[in-house]
Amino acid sequence: MLRYAVRRLLGAIPTIFVIITIAFFLMRIAPGGPFDRERTLESQVMANLNAAFGLDLPLWQQYLRYLGNLFQGDLGPSFVYRDFSVQQLLGAGLPISIQLGASALLLALVVGATLGVIAALRQNSAIDYLVISVATFGITVPNFVVAPVLSLIFGVWLGVLPAGGWQDFSLAHMALPVVTLALPQIAVIARLIRGAMLEALRSDHVRTARAYGLTPTMVVGVHALRAASLPAISYLGPAAAALLTGSVVVETIFGIPGIGRYFVQGALNRDYTLVMGTVVIIAVFIVVFNLIVDLLYAAIDPRVRYD
Amino acid sequence: MSCSIRTTFAPALIAIAVCAASPALAATYHRALQGDPETLDPHKTSTVVEAAILRDLLEGLVINDAAGGIAPGVASDWEISDDGLTYSFKLRDDAKWSDGSPVTASDFVFSLRRIMNPETGAKYANILYPMLNAEPINKGERPVEDLGVRAVDDKTLEIKLEQPTAYFLELLTHQTGLPVNPASVEEHGADFLAPGNFVANGPYELVSFTPNDKLVMKKNEDFHSADEVSIDEVVNYPIEERSTCVRRFEAGEVHSCNELPREQLASLKDRLGDQVHVHPYLGTYYYGVNSAREPFDDVRVRQALSMAIDREFLADEIFSGSMIPAYSLVPPGIENYVEDQPKLEYADESILDREDKAIELLKEAGFGPDNPIELEISYNTAEDHRNAATAIAEMWRPLGVNVTFNQRDISAHYAMLRDEKSHDVARAGWIGDYSDPQNFLFLNLSDNPGFNYGNYNNPEYDGLLDKAAAETDLAARAKILSDAEAVFLRDVPQIPILFYSSTALVSPKLKGWEDNLRHVHPTRFLTLED
Repeated sequence: MLRYAVRRLLGAIPTIFVIITIAFFLMRIAPGGPFDRERTLESQVMANLNAAFGLDLPLWQQYLRYLGNLFQGDLGPSFVYRDFSVQQLLGAGLPISIQLGASALLLALVVGATLGVIAALRQNSAIDYLVISVATFGITVPNFVVAPVLSLIFGVWLGVLPAGGWQDFSLAHMALPVVTLALPQIAVIARLIRGAMLEALRSDHVRTARAYGLTPTMVVGVHALRAASLPAISYLGPAAAALLTGSVVVETIFGIPGIGRYFVQGALNRDYTLVMGTVVIIAVFIVVFNLIVDLLYAAIDPRVRYD
Repeated sequence: MSCSIRTTFAPALIAIAVCAASPALAATYHRALQGDPETLDPHKTSTVVEAAILRDLLEGLVINDAAGGIAPGVASDWEISDDGLTYSFKLRDDAKWSDGSPVTASDFVFSLRRIMNPETGAKYANILYPMLNAEPINKGERPVEDLGVRAVDDKTLEIKLEQPTAYFLELLTHQTGLPVNPASVEEHGADFLAPGNFVANGPYELVSFTPNDKLVMKKNEDFHSADEVSIDEVVNYPIEERSTCVRRFEAGEVHSCNELPREQLASLKDRLGDQVHVHPYLGTYYYGVNSAREPFDDVRVRQALSMAIDREFLADEIFSGSMIPAYSLVPPGIENYVEDQPKLEYADESILDREDKAIELLKEAGFGPDNPIELEISYNTAEDHRNAATAIAEMWRPLGVNVTFNQRDISAHYAMLRDEKSHDVARAGWIGDYSDPQNFLFLNLSDNPGFNYGNYNNPEYDGLLDKAAAETDLAARAKILSDAEAVFLRDVPQIPILFYSSTALVSPKLKGWEDNLRHVHPTRFLTLED
């Protein structure tokens, strides 16, 4: 298993390399540069800036230089936030994105799985329909609607939670963003678990478990849920990577200093190094979480073995 | 606010939230800005957010007062030579850096040389090109020591100019004219802006800065007029989304917002009354018409397009009354200009008459419904710009003008305008850097490819601006500039459409806020009440 994990991680290096290369050149195809704004710069000033950031070099040289720096762990200076390096920006934002994303993930798992199991056990009952309706709602209503509405209700009208902003370790500041992030995930997980659970409840090994006289809790909570969790787990790999690397909508609306905004802001500002930095992080997260999912599969499903 | 609200949903979470959610707003000014500063280095700065923050941290030779006018800063007074070429500033004896050292004339020499040094990579270096030898230095053609800035003694600074510049003092109120502390730059290098290293000479000093979160400043007790500064702490929040700012204002989390969602203006005024501030701003919203291309090289076509734009409709309906119809390029209320500003000759005619006239003009030029003009409006991505372009396309339709649209993000849009100039008609906006008509009229100079979106090339116009630049008598200069604007309005290579207004939300607790054309509100002139 350990050998497998190491092999997978080593195998991911070329993948990440290809992603970096494609992202680097794609970014440069976009017209305009980091210093093009409403106020156009004097040509001399522009030349000075390009020279200061090495943007006057041929593109392939810039690429090699970027790779060289990257191997030394240097993501370069931000072109737009000129007092900061990309490391500093991402280093400050990533822990906050992870904190929010992990909380949302946890909330989504607990609530989603519970709802899914209840709905499956009471198939075609009122509660089942309720769960399905809520799930459909959660999937269809986008977070750019949910976020301002929550902020308006709890922040402005009721005044019980901050309408936005961030303080480290403040549950109050986390509550609304976490709920916003978790809602669509709750919906997806509930539906996945419900579907898989219905199937699992009819499977042979669950019938066998019942026949052995195990308590309903054991049958559902251990045997059926174990099998029913597999689809949700494969979904959670990429979903976790996306959640932990921040959400531009939630961060913008609640004013949270995570890294999700940098991806979009960076692309719009042509802040090449900042975009590349977020691409590297997201790529690494996706690789790692896909690996975790595969390892979890082996742990949960006895039929899966990695040698 | 009570800590005992009962609820069935996650009661523990809510209870903690309720107790933690009462922000202490008393001595601290919670200020929302439109984004993060991209830098705190006054020599690399370019944005209005940076201007607002740097104005509180650093003090230049002259400053903007609460009403946006020019007031003494580090310089207590100054003399201008008769030829308008030499400025001699007397520095305050009690001007100090936050490390306790005095602010000297040589600090300004160091700073002004630094911004002109090409290695600094200063985005706004050219704004200070009126200083003697500044341009060749910034181009790397001369050493920085040749800059016409000299410390006569510790407290006397002399600045020589290339040619008389009526708005030079106004230029020095821009954040590019702010000083940096030479000792801290030398000691910390690129890190001199970090909290802890940042040495301020303004009313506030830097406490902390987390991008996307907040920038905190506290009162600088070493500031010469510290006893006149009432607010102890300023917390700046970068809030790009304007509706978010409104919600946080209504939740009592911020005392002011510097920009409002225009589409919500009417409902905001209903809800918040005189907390909503709308005031004329030093800026123009216009369409550049590519006069180097057929059929836009024909002035009749350009005038017809301009005539048919119903600016009142755009201002009232599309921009919810937050913009002002514009019939000239230079905004009203600007300094150093004539009383009776030139405007488009059909400014006072009704839109129906203008539309008839426009149809007539186009007919003369050989166009109409039978021979329509195909035209593309380019604009940068934004809800407002799209709505305006759509409305203008409808206004042009009766003239026999078929409009298509090309929407790009802001970098791509302005890169296209600067380099390829592949547009027919392009949206642009300009907020003045200083209050002088030259700062608007220079947009159309033939050797100014970065801004000349009309591709205008008129030696008469260029000549008038050159003549104005050499004129030291302010009234005579204003007249020449107004002649230049009249020429521009005759040719309309760029169609002025609207003047900007600044919009703001200001809490009744925040006193001393004076609406002004520059939309500057230095914290040192504000006070907070409980």
